[in-house]
Amino acid sequence: MNIHEYQAKQILSDYGIPVPVGKLASTVEEAKQCAQMLERNAWVLKAQIHAGGRGQAGGVHVVDSFSKIAEVSHQLLGTRLVTKQTGDKGLPVNSVWIEETVALKREFYLSVLVERVSEKLVFIVSEAGGMDIEEVALKTPEKILSVEVNPIVGLQSYQCRRVAYALSLKGEQIRIMERIMRGMYQVFIEKDASQIEINPLVETESDNLLALDAKITFDDNALSGHSDILALRDREQEDIKENKAQGFGLNYITLSGNIGCMVNGAGLAMATMDLVKLKGGEPANFLDVGGEATAARVTEAFKIILSDEQVKAILVNIFGGIVQCDMIAEGLIIAIQEVKMTIPIVVRLEGTNAELGRQLLNNSGLSVIAAEDLETAAMKVVDYAEGI
Amino acid sequence: MSILINQSTKVICQGLTGKQGLFHSQQALAYGTKLVAGVTPGRGGEQHLGLTVFDSVQEAVDLTAADATMIYVPAPFAADAILEAEEAGIKVIVCITEGIPILHMLKVKAVLENSGSVLIGPNCPGIITPGECKIGIMSGDIHLPGKIGIVSRSGTLTYEAVKQTTQQGLGQSTCVGIGGDPIHGLRFIDVIKLFEEDPVTEGIVMVGEIGGSEEEEVADYIADHVSKPIVGYIAGITAPPGKRMGHAGAIITGGKGTAEGKIAALSAVGVDVVRSPTEIGERIKARLS
Repeated sequence: MNIHEYQAKQILSDYGIPVPVGKLASTVEEAKQCAQMLERNAWVLKAQIHAGGRGQAGGVHVVDSFSKIAEVSHQLLGTRLVTKQTGDKGLPVNSVWIEETVALKREFYLSVLVERVSEKLVFIVSEAGGMDIEEVALKTPEKILSVEVNPIVGLQSYQCRRVAYALSLKGEQIRIMERIMRGMYQVFIEKDASQIEINPLVETESDNLLALDAKITFDDNALSGHSDILALRDREQEDIKENKAQGFGLNYITLSGNIGCMVNGAGLAMATMDLVKLKGGEPANFLDVGGEATAARVTEAFKIILSDEQVKAILVNIFGGIVQCDMIAEGLIIAIQEVKMTIPIVVRLEGTNAELGRQLLNNSGLSVIAAEDLETAAMKVVDYAEGI
Repeated sequence: MSILINQSTKVICQGLTGKQGLFHSQQALAYGTKLVAGVTPGRGGEQHLGLTVFDSVQEAVDLTAADATMIYVPAPFAADAILEAEEAGIKVIVCITEGIPILHMLKVKAVLENSGSVLIGPNCPGIITPGECKIGIMSGDIHLPGKIGIVSRSGTLTYEAVKQTTQQGLGQSTCVGIGGDPIHGLRFIDVIKLFEEDPVTEGIVMVGEIGGSEEEEVADYIADHVSKPIVGYIAGITAPPGKRMGHAGAIITGGKGTAEGKIAALSAVGVDVVRSPTEIGERIKARLS
């Protein structure tokens, strides 16, 4: 789960990490009031959406008058901001964060995440802050330092010092850096984060360190134990269909094609999409009905697929292991009747009770195309989607 | 022969009294697995499926000499169950549970690093040596004792590979589902090493997917150490970056972990990577003849 920048900064601040002073506004009027309360001559105004790349997309402005505050917040609030991370539709700007401006000397990158190769928490730091870290890693890997934390002993002071030395920090700054890293580590462990990124972490003219931007992602598997974090969730930043699917225990991801897919198992669901593509079609979605696909869940899965008006045909691919094919067939029949299906459905059932499932479908009186194997199923659904 | 488990493997089930644990224990017994006991804290002394339930793994091991466990414990308690099995000296720990917090797994892995136990999973279908021992949620009847070793990050894609190798008459030596989580037990490299050393295994099928770099990691190993033919399949060519495709570990981040990258790395070391999952069986058969 993602949260907004202002929420991330609040959490980091609670854990002793220095952040700029700022306020949140969701109307133009509030924006002006916030600017007034901050008592500055200039402000940074930042659109709050769950995506990076805001600066280049016109979502971050430095302004020096109340009229500009009004102008820019009016321009941003209520619109959708498209950045290179949001996709074509962009994300809704429902609030702006208004912050003091900071005179800075240097910009750094600092993050902590779970690294899959070493299987440890790793701090990643670079003197090249404010930039896309993947690009830095690609072009100037020597500018990146990784520090692995042993999960049993936790973060050590010498590791924080190593990071501080790498950034040529001096005196008090070294202690501040340790405080920042310890705060990040503590948030990670206590709140079950999966990534915390401060980019940039800046050295100010007065030699302080400040988290100028912040992003925290939380481990979805651990959210149930953190009601305070769950309360920060902003569903408007998330895909409606994906959220709805999640409510039914389904894994759904919107894609741009016209062939709906319903599959059991994440790997097979991906493979099914790939096969559709290989046969010349375009998948409309990823959908894993999971290991306990009940008739009710399958029905909901169909409704979600069909709510995408682009879908011209549906491929159902089930390899029954835990999910038995007759149960899937029952779900299909109920769903097809309930949603008054008007587009072609190709079904491939394999595994436990597959024969029984096929019989149920064939005897249902519905126009379902039962395919003998996956290859044929994929070819058929591509043909149907093209109207052949 | 086979890897990790065989007809003499004695298995316990942690979480036997739960719905999943009970159902799949029944299936394992029906398949002929030597399931010898169950463990559910607080339910010691109960009998289910003719098996005694113990309060702790240690008690179960002391009385049954079990050397493998299958874990169907809910996600918040699964890491505890794995660590309990490790301390009791269980050699092969198979964790089926999906949704374990990643920080729990980091601690589990740190303990397992200096341990005589191996972990399979979590978030996996389990492991089966056809005709001998089934520990997991796969349906036994699609398997055939034989000579192909199968290792996969995905459950249902493993079943595809199993069905096809059975149809081709090749059968399977052992099938290992290593799981869909970013931090998990045995990796491709560990399982492929075991298959290379196993005299019964003549060919290997590996099924990977987007996310992480285990496929790339094993490619380096294959180049220098593996003589047996390998057919590979990688799922997720059409997966958009930044989206978690069902499995917690199936995500392309920062341009890394793409299917194309993995296919290229494996192809470069002589792995026969098929573009369609329906070609796995035919291709491994062709490679063996």
